[in-house]
Amino acid sequence: MTESMEVLKEGIASGRLKTDELVLNMGPQHPSTHGVLRLELVLDGEIVVKVIPQMGYLHRCFEKHAENMTYPQVVPYTDRMDYLAGMNNNHGYVLAVERLMGIEVPEKVEYIRVIMAELQRIASHLVAIGTFGMDIGAFTPFLYCFRDREYILDIFERTCGARLLYNYMWVGGLSHDIYDGFLRDVADFIKKFRPTVVEVNNLLNYNKIFVERTANVGVLPRDVAVSYGCSGPMLRGSGVDWDLRRDDPYSIYDRFDWKVCVGDGSAGTLGDCWDRHMVRVWEMEESCKIIEQALESFPAEGDIASAIPKRIRPAKGEIYTRVENPRGELGYYLVADGSANPFRLKVRGPSFVNLSVIDEISRGHLIADLVAILGSIDIVLGEVDR
Amino acid sequence: MPKAMNEIFDYLNGLFPEAGLAFDESVPCIIVPAASIKEVALQARDDQELLLDTLMCLSGVDNGDETLGVVYHLDSMTLRHKLTLKVIVPASDPHVPSVDRVWRIAEWHEREAFDLVGMIFDGNSDFRRILLPEDWEGHPLRKDYQVPEFYNGMKVPY
Repeated sequence: MTESMEVLKEGIASGRLKTDELVLNMGPQHPSTHGVLRLELVLDGEIVVKVIPQMGYLHRCFEKHAENMTYPQVVPYTDRMDYLAGMNNNHGYVLAVERLMGIEVPEKVEYIRVIMAELQRIASHLVAIGTFGMDIGAFTPFLYCFRDREYILDIFERTCGARLLYNYMWVGGLSHDIYDGFLRDVADFIKKFRPTVVEVNNLLNYNKIFVERTANVGVLPRDVAVSYGCSGPMLRGSGVDWDLRRDDPYSIYDRFDWKVCVGDGSAGTLGDCWDRHMVRVWEMEESCKIIEQALESFPAEGDIASAIPKRIRPAKGEIYTRVENPRGELGYYLVADGSANPFRLKVRGPSFVNLSVIDEISRGHLIADLVAILGSIDIVLGEVDR
Repeated sequence: MPKAMNEIFDYLNGLFPEAGLAFDESVPCIIVPAASIKEVALQARDDQELLLDTLMCLSGVDNGDETLGVVYHLDSMTLRHKLTLKVIVPASDPHVPSVDRVWRIAEWHEREAFDLVGMIFDGNSDFRRILLPEDWEGHPLRKDYQVPEFYNGMKVPY
């Protein structure tokens, strides 16, 4: 064996044996691409030289759909972009239309929206954490995460009848009022959920094998993250203190006391896969804090439908509204021309933007590490392709 | 110090008096002639007073009056202010200089704008369609777009 290696080495060194780069397609049907994404890998042996993502397998041209629909009819389509964060998608879109029309929604609606958005953030992060563990080879935490996510989906189902695609937030209000016992259910969930974080920490996040696989892998330096427009846990994992809930406040987030979680590089280098992963873990606790405060000051009275306009026809104008989705900045650039349909609705999806950095941070890593890097970016292909 | 959009306009107009920048108060945004977008973008990113270090969104718009617009939403992570730039080009000759060397993410955003609206970004380092298949014809978000009957033998309208 050693002898043949010597022969090989000598052959390569003398130029008699030619080595070449290999192009390998990963996906579109690959379990660790989290959907239908195809990565064209240029490989040198097992080392990644270049990654060329090929998207569009799930393209439905949401923006074209939106132009052919009235403003309220667009809401269900926003659910279907980032299907793990339907509530947050609804929220961004209705905010854009409300700001364009100058609608003030009742206090109670704002509270319900914030609670729903934060529950959705926890649910989405649970999927991200569970599937990331599974990408690395840890199966059990995935089950714990999905068990807890079920509680959230149950609350959503009891409120609006849907578990995944809600069409819950409407322009000026909500589709359904909360049910009796909603506040108690949410408080119960928080109580049940906190021990799970400890369990997942013990099983996964501080597990030696997991740390070895993720620390110092796929390091995204601060300036690269900013230049690529990364947002959400991706950006905060690189040590940038930026969260739209605090830095471009919308809804009633400025009333609550919580902190923005930023990666600290404590397991390896700042901006590695472990940091991105841990920002998600820490953020779930912050979401719990926001929900608890919202439950405490929840207004007793209020009509969720009082501000829903009879006719939704914003005057000519344009607006760019953004919200902090579990994956980062979800922006809606809405141009209205005074008719009942949007003239142009462009969506700036965080998954799309975060994915663009993959080539930069995977070069020089092994293919196995590429799986870890892709998992830590946490993309949803429904939003990348729209 | 964070600046308001009109202050940024006054500042940039002082630096580029020849460029012909204009301020649109209704949006608000700065309208930049296509020829000078690259220098204005570079200045906006590097100037110590502006430091607009991220391109948060780049949108292509068909204005419906034979012109196409490219809208740049910029953000400063350090100074915490925002800026909106707009380039308007005729639909018959939609050439815009690429800013992908200024903000790296512009490469993908510009490819998307080309794919769906059809403006051409000169100098983009990987200029091709991004969401639609390579052999798709036309740009779906043009207001005069006709849905093709067939694509590679498959019926398109369902």
